[in-house]
Amino acid sequence: MGRESHVDLSQTVIAMHDIVKKFGDFTANDGINLTVHKGEVHAILGENGAGKSTLMNVLYGLYKPTSGYIEVAGKKENIDSPEKAIELGIGMVHQHFMLVQPFTVTENIILGMEPTKGLQVDLKKAREQVVELSERYGLQVDPDAKIEDVSVGMQQRVEILKVLYRGADILILDEPTASLTPQEITELIEIIGHLTADGKSVILITHKLKEIKSSADYCTIIRQGKYIQTVKVEEVDENDLASMMVGRNVNFKVDKKEQEPGEVALEVSNVHGNDYRNIEILKGLNLKVRKGEIVGLAGVDGNGQTELVEIITGLRKGTQGSVKVNGKEVFNLSPKEIFDAGITSIPADRQKHGLVLQFSNAENLILQNFATPEYSKHGVLKKDVIRAHATEMFEKFDIRPRGKELAPSGTLSGGNQQKVIIAREITNDSDVLIAVNPTRGLDVGAIEYVHKYLVEQRNKGKAVLLVSFELDEIMSLSDQIDVIFDGKIVGRVPGKGADENELGLMMAGGANNG
Amino acid sequence: MANQEKKQSFGEKLLRTDVLYTLICIVIGFIVGAILLALAGISPAVAYGKLVDGVFSKPKYVVWSIVYATPIILTGLSVAFSFKTGVFNIGAEGQFVVGSLAAVCVGIFCPLPKPLHILLCLLAAAVAGGLWSMLVAILKVKRGINEVLSFIMFNWIAYYLSNYVVNIGAVHKTGEGEATKDILETASMTFKTGNAAVDKFLGGGASYSIVFAVLAAIIIAFILDKTTLGYKLKAVGFNKHAAQYGGINANKEILTALTISGMLAGLGGACQLMGMGNRISQFSSQEMYGFQGITVALIASSNPIGCIFAGLFYGAMKYGGTKLSLVNAPNEIVNIIMGTIIFFIAIAPALKKAILKTRGGK
Repeated sequence: MGRESHVDLSQTVIAMHDIVKKFGDFTANDGINLTVHKGEVHAILGENGAGKSTLMNVLYGLYKPTSGYIEVAGKKENIDSPEKAIELGIGMVHQHFMLVQPFTVTENIILGMEPTKGLQVDLKKAREQVVELSERYGLQVDPDAKIEDVSVGMQQRVEILKVLYRGADILILDEPTASLTPQEITELIEIIGHLTADGKSVILITHKLKEIKSSADYCTIIRQGKYIQTVKVEEVDENDLASMMVGRNVNFKVDKKEQEPGEVALEVSNVHGNDYRNIEILKGLNLKVRKGEIVGLAGVDGNGQTELVEIITGLRKGTQGSVKVNGKEVFNLSPKEIFDAGITSIPADRQKHGLVLQFSNAENLILQNFATPEYSKHGVLKKDVIRAHATEMFEKFDIRPRGKELAPSGTLSGGNQQKVIIAREITNDSDVLIAVNPTRGLDVGAIEYVHKYLVEQRNKGKAVLLVSFELDEIMSLSDQIDVIFDGKIVGRVPGKGADENELGLMMAGGANNG
Repeated sequence: MANQEKKQSFGEKLLRTDVLYTLICIVIGFIVGAILLALAGISPAVAYGKLVDGVFSKPKYVVWSIVYATPIILTGLSVAFSFKTGVFNIGAEGQFVVGSLAAVCVGIFCPLPKPLHILLCLLAAAVAGGLWSMLVAILKVKRGINEVLSFIMFNWIAYYLSNYVVNIGAVHKTGEGEATKDILETASMTFKTGNAAVDKFLGGGASYSIVFAVLAAIIIAFILDKTTLGYKLKAVGFNKHAAQYGGINANKEILTALTISGMLAGLGGACQLMGMGNRISQFSSQEMYGFQGITVALIASSNPIGCIFAGLFYGAMKYGGTKLSLVNAPNEIVNIIMGTIIFFIAIAPALKKAILKTRGGK
């Protein structure tokens, strides 16, 4: 991969021995070992719910292990609080940032450890320290910008600086790339390189195999709370890692039979629309999806994808244009009318739009259909039928854990929440299926599953519009790829043999076909 | 994560129910009240003894407590229903007042045979309360006006409207006193059995208004739990975005929710009038039934059936509290206890989380 390793095998900084962590009868960690050396990037790989975060919370002093012990720099330590962990040089960057939005970058970094001059915070000195740290590790930040004004990537760099400012030598990064753009991911990997070159160690919690291959030295795999093994990353490939994680062979390649698409099912013509600030973001967009094909909409976030989907599904009013389903005009109709006309969607934000988290899974599975004769009579819900339907969906779509039909959807893992939505939308059996970032935050097993279902819908003759920020996903699934830039489609290429660089160029607005 | 289905012991289950924490909060409320009483030089044992005595020592006291509880069970239901559907009906007070106004007018001016008259009064009260609330709901969904502000203003409009109506010549009672005429006998829910012994046993306050409150609670529980209407209202209440995505018209459901909520408070007004007062007096201050409904809803965690019990509790406290002056304890101690309970109920979820977390972390 051409990356330089900085591992110093003679110095072990962290050794976790036989860690067991039980919650009641549930064993989250079952005898896990982890050894990290100086200058090493050590990835922890596992599916959602495999016990990665629990292990790291043990290391960071948030949980007390049921049994097992931890050595830091060769000495047995009892880490009973995050303060103790910080004292020992262990720092953690959480998946969800913990920053004060109206504060500046500098203020956030020094928060709780402010350098003082008399009774005042010495902001000048603090700013110098921040600038020095950021230059030393190549973490570009604007020390005077407010957090609410900076990108997600910069917010993450601020989080890393916060940890470094507290003198950490071992950095735990929990799913650091979950909300980053591809460019930001590349930058993060570079930053990790700078850190290890300086003798820091990094523990990377992730389920993205590509990132492990491009940044880690060693990888420890955890499956269902159990230690599987630790491998040297350069000696394995992504397929090996995936099968170790899931416990079976994973098929990355999407099987897609050749098929001739049918007539046009979804036709979007000259659609204009505004964003939440009332500024025009869609500027005359045209798009067609035929039956039996997947059209991928590729583009950098913020070019109008969100608004386009909202207008098609009726959640937002467009200013002008036309949206036709099987020839029937549905532009600016209500979500219900559009759904009835034959459009169903897997929304981008499953917790905002996709699910009522307080509702039971059974209730969420009938979100659009509760008033149909199948599930209600004279306005009274048929609870038994609804429950039986849920049980059937749990089986058919492998929603786990089984038997949780009547539990609130908020108690499921992210991947299984997504399965609930997919089960519902696919069972709706509409002619047009719109999927927005359908695999965001999911692990390999779940992604494979989602892809399989999307292709199955296509094979059944449905028109599928796939909107995704993951270019790999678009390229592997789509029959046709439309590239959106600045509120318009700037080009269409066939999915087969699409070139990543060409697409990237078009996504950045570099296409010259007007 | 497949087989983490936990087998919970009884104790473990108990720690997860909300009822336990509500009971703890009630106990804390009484402890705080006791401390304050002791500080004021009044024996808590004597005061609380009187409170219990004043509610339970005679059957007729229990009857009075139930009569006191009836209107606030209904305003409690009104507020609880609004909470369940994601809006805050702080206007139950005003809906209560217009409800009793409508009932008093029908009760005075529409002579009808007994059961019919009562039902017509209740209907008039529900319609009046519902419309009163619907006006606010329309302002909210059409113009985006925060319902809390307009509800509070509508409370005062209802207040002065009531005082105006009370003083209209045709409505005003003849003779002494600032009040309306009494409603006709046919509209009253108080009753005598005719058997002297039984009537003495029940006291003069016996009224079957409680039946309507319990019935309303059961109907509301049914609507919320078993109907498509309840499904829609709750979906909007929990997550407006997901509801809209699912094809539910959120604004329409908010309108429906607030109208039903207003109807319940209006019914509360009618039950108070017909079950106890038989007339409306001129107000010198707000009657607080609507606001007490908020307390009831909070104690009941917005559970409709829970509102019956929370309302009975509050009703008993109100009635028992009137007797505290007999032992030179201030009546206000009841309000302090209720306030403390609400305060602790507000922080109970954090408490519960902390307890469950320490157990989980073992």
